[in-house]
Amino acid sequence: MSVLLFTIIVLAGAFLAGLVGSLTGLGGGVIIIPLLTLALGVDIHYAIGASIVSVIATSSGSAAAYVKEGITNIRIGMFLEIATTISAVLGAIVTVYINPGYIAVIFGCILLFSAVMMVRKKVDHSDSDSSGVLANFFKLNGSYPTASGTVKYGVHNVAGGFVMMLFAGIISGLLGIGSGALKVLAMDNIMRLPFKVSTTTSNFMMGVTAAASAIVYLHRGQIDPGIAMPVTLGVLMGATVGSKILVKTNTDKLKIVFAVVVTFLALQMIYNGLTGKL
Amino acid sequence: MEKPGKHYFADKDIQVILGTLLRVGVIASMTVVFIGGLLYLSVYGNTGADYHTFNAAKTQYSSILAIFQGMSRLDGRAIIQFGTLLLIFTPVTRVVFSIFSFLIERDYLYVLIGIFVLGVILISLSNKLVG
Repeated sequence: MSVLLFTIIVLAGAFLAGLVGSLTGLGGGVIIIPLLTLALGVDIHYAIGASIVSVIATSSGSAAAYVKEGITNIRIGMFLEIATTISAVLGAIVTVYINPGYIAVIFGCILLFSAVMMVRKKVDHSDSDSSGVLANFFKLNGSYPTASGTVKYGVHNVAGGFVMMLFAGIISGLLGIGSGALKVLAMDNIMRLPFKVSTTTSNFMMGVTAAASAIVYLHRGQIDPGIAMPVTLGVLMGATVGSKILVKTNTDKLKIVFAVVVTFLALQMIYNGLTGKL
Repeated sequence: MEKPGKHYFADKDIQVILGTLLRVGVIASMTVVFIGGLLYLSVYGNTGADYHTFNAAKTQYSSILAIFQGMSRLDGRAIIQFGTLLLIFTPVTRVVFSIFSFLIERDYLYVLIGIFVLGVILISLSNKLVG
C-alpha cells in the first residue's frame, strides 16, 4: 500500500473514530487502535503511540470549551494527576516489554468494560456531606453554578479514588488511551462527584496524563509521523464535528448500536491476541 | 473565613485564560502537523507504507534534538513530529500556569502538588526511561 493511500484510509477512519468517540463518550483512542491493528495490520505499538497523541488533541480541544463553563474542579484534577502521571509513565515504560498479544487481550477487556459503562444508566451519587478528612485536608470539596443557584458537593473516599486513578493511569500508559471509563468510575462511583464536575475534571486530567506517557513513547520511536499525522488530524476533526452534533441529538440509541460494535471489536482483539495474530 | 466569592471569580478568570491557551496550543500544533503532512506526502506519497512490525530503530525522529535537525532540512516527518511535540507540551504549560495561579492564591499545598506533577513529566523527558 502506498503512503498516500494509507494516509487517506487512516484519516477517514480516524475521523469516524473521533466522531463516534465524542458522540458516545467513549473517546477516539479506543476505536482507532482496533481499526489500525485489525483492519490495516499496523503493529499495536505504533497504534498506541498515534492514539495517545490524538487523546491529547481531543482532550485539550474540548477542555477549552469545558473550562469556560467553570465547573472543572482544578484541585481534584491536580491532586489525582499525582496518581495518573506516575502510573501512566510506568505503564508507558512497561508496555514495550509485554507481548503484543497480551496487550491486545488487556485492550479487549478494557473495551468490553467501556461498552458496559457506556450503556449503563448513570446514577448521580453526589451529596453535600463534606466531612471527609482527606477531602478537607486537600480542599477538594467544591461547588458549581446551576440555574437554581450554587450547588455544593462533598468528596468521598479520596483514598479509594486515588487508587482507582493509579489503575486508570497504568491502563492509559499501557494502551495509549485516555481510559475515561475508569476515570469516571473513580469519580462518579467512588468519590461520588456530581456528573457535571466529574466529566469535565476527567477530561481536564486526560491531557496531562497522556502528555506524560506520550513523551516516553516519543523517545522509544512509537510515535511515527506517518501514522500520528492522519490519526491526530482525523480524530480531532471528527471529535469537533461530533461535539457540534452532540448538543442537538439524543445519543441513547446510537450508544446501544455502538456498544454492540465495540463488543465485537473487543472479542476480535482478545481472539487475535490469544491466537498470536497481533 | 476568606471571601469565597472573590476566589470564585479569580478562578473563573484563570480558567478562561487556560481555556484559550489550550485552544491556541491545539490549533497551532495541528497547523504545523498539517503543513508537515503535506510536505511529507509530496515527497514520500508514492513510497510503500509498512507498519506491520514495530522497529524502534526505524523511527528517525525520536528525540527533540533529532526533530530540530530534521526540521532544518525541511523534512516533512520532522515537522509533523515538531507539531506533535507542541501538542504534547500544551497540557504541560497548563500545569505550569496552574502552579502560578495557586501561588497567587497562596495555596502552597497545591503549588507543591503542581510542581510534583510537573516533575514527573520532566523526568519522563529523560531518555533513560526507555530501555
